[in-house]
Amino acid sequence: MTYRDAVRSALREILRTNPRAFLMGEDVGRYGGSFACSKGLLEEFGAERVRDTPLAESTFLGAGIGAALGGMRPIVELMTVNFSLLALDQVVNNAATLRHMSGGQVSVPLVVRMATGGGRQLAAQHSHSLEGWYAHVPGIRVAVPATPADARGMLLAAMREPDPIFLFEPAVLYPTEGEVDETAGPGDLRHACVRRPGRDMTLVAYGAAVPKALAAADLLAEDGVDAEVIDVRVLRPLDVPALLASVGRTRRAIVVDEAWRTGSFAAEIAATLAEQAFYDLDAPVGRVCGAEVPMPYPKHLEDAALPQPAGIAAAARALVGRRG
Amino acid sequence: MIDPRTTLRAMLRVRRFEEKAAELYTQGKIRGFLHLCIGEEAVAVGAVAALAPADNVVSTYREHGHALARGIPMASLMAELFGKASGCCRGRGGSMHFFDVTRRFYGGNAIVGGGLPLAVGLALADHMQRRAAVTMCLFGDGAVAEGEFHESMNLAALWRLPVLFVCENNLYAMGTALVRHQAQPDIARKADGYGIAAEAVDGMDVGAVERAITAHLDAIRRGGEPRLVEARTYRFRAHSMYDPELYRAKAEVEEWKRRDPIPALAAELRRAHALDDAALAALEAEIAAEIAAAVAAADGAPWEPVEELLRDVHTPDAPAAAEETPSCA
Repeated sequence: MTYRDAVRSALREILRTNPRAFLMGEDVGRYGGSFACSKGLLEEFGAERVRDTPLAESTFLGAGIGAALGGMRPIVELMTVNFSLLALDQVVNNAATLRHMSGGQVSVPLVVRMATGGGRQLAAQHSHSLEGWYAHVPGIRVAVPATPADARGMLLAAMREPDPIFLFEPAVLYPTEGEVDETAGPGDLRHACVRRPGRDMTLVAYGAAVPKALAAADLLAEDGVDAEVIDVRVLRPLDVPALLASVGRTRRAIVVDEAWRTGSFAAEIAATLAEQAFYDLDAPVGRVCGAEVPMPYPKHLEDAALPQPAGIAAAARALVGRRG
Repeated sequence: MIDPRTTLRAMLRVRRFEEKAAELYTQGKIRGFLHLCIGEEAVAVGAVAALAPADNVVSTYREHGHALARGIPMASLMAELFGKASGCCRGRGGSMHFFDVTRRFYGGNAIVGGGLPLAVGLALADHMQRRAAVTMCLFGDGAVAEGEFHESMNLAALWRLPVLFVCENNLYAMGTALVRHQAQPDIARKADGYGIAAEAVDGMDVGAVERAITAHLDAIRRGGEPRLVEARTYRFRAHSMYDPELYRAKAEVEEWKRRDPIPALAAELRRAHALDDAALAALEAEIAAEIAAAVAAADGAPWEPVEELLRDVHTPDAPAAAEETPSCA
């Protein structure tokens, strides 16, 4: 099943089983979703529960917060992270604050989904990975499913959260295939996971960087380097014990992040390892991040701006002291 | 129709509460921002008191009057101003962020325009759950410049949601006069663009405000569609406690003070032989006693322990067993 079909499978199950759940966002209804994640749901569930909105991100996200306050379980689709910036006030000043600021009187059980990341030649206004900015904000949860199974399972699990949760779906992964058990219940929104066990070093990645880290691990295996790949999955709250356990075994780590390096989530992970795993480390924590440039349109330049398996493998070889 | 003596009492209660708050601010008992609605009590009381218990209120950072009119106990509001654990929000919010979910009072929103989408969502929740409630959304003239005003009016009208938008037009967005930030300063007319029925009322006349609000609430309850009331009012005090008021003339303030809604209603009651000096003195004494009790309680109340700093950032998880990192290889 593809990632997009897995998202749709979860949405359908939620709408079937939770009468308070509804979906709203730009083109989620008649168009079927900008990425076809909600195709067919309008026909199945009707316009009351699959709501096309005007292009007014701040207001329909804020309306999602208000509807959650009023007892509904809204799922808001923001199309892509780039457009979510128009709603950032509602995220930071309302969704994230209302519970604490009201002294615990209210909670905001809101699920927000949006596509993120590059890799599709969409240039500098449709290609960035800004989920790390969201992960900066206490009061919300931030997760990035990297596989079809997680896309379904984490969305189902998100509906059980009493607080706002933001799911970032790497757009480049929507057509990718993976095993999905449609009878499986909600997935895990608390833990990172080991995508590939290894002994020699750890590649820490999330989202679209996960398949690239796995591809890099295959390259490294040809050179006799056994890399472990950790999929962070949840950026906030970060599963620190999982990172420490892996690095405690392998003693070396590289963080792979498609976002810009400066102030990145990779920096947060690297700092965490430096603080809490310093004496386990045999080498400095490395980072392979997106180039510090607004995303260019041509494929060769976009490829160069994003971490790629060969570059990740080269950084890993350097870290373990081998030349490829 | 609410008894005008009840209305007078409600407005006087807001006025005296805020006067005391300003005094306590100068004593350092209240810190942060303190925005007073003195001069605007007719809007707060005339609008909010017309609501039913099942209705929702979304307000602004100038919300002391709305909160009192909604029936949130004065003691919990005063304690919130002090930042004490006995405050309506455990002291977490302060002056700008009063909440009381039992009275469906959803803030206390201090980002101008930020409350409007919440109001639309609350109304959407009522609409989808077939609850016959109206959400009253209060905001100032400054919010009219924000995109969320236009987006929210449009969405509420498009989806036929029961929102009563109430613009408290006090003519200044902080220090920027309405005519200096709006090409069309007639706010009620902006509703035309969204097919929303609207009315401008004299916000210094509590009876006029109450009549207009009640009529529009009734219309919303019958038809389900949003409406806009623009209440033209004036704030007698500075924007906040830090404002030297360089942007308006003293004569203008004095001119508006002659239209103070509280003495106006008192005079009306006297003319109708419904109020005399003794009754007014008794009312003042009753309110003064309530305020004194609220201040004493707030002053004596405990602070939230620092150990509780991170409380309510998230809903606590059910305790989970420690486990190994899952393998998804």
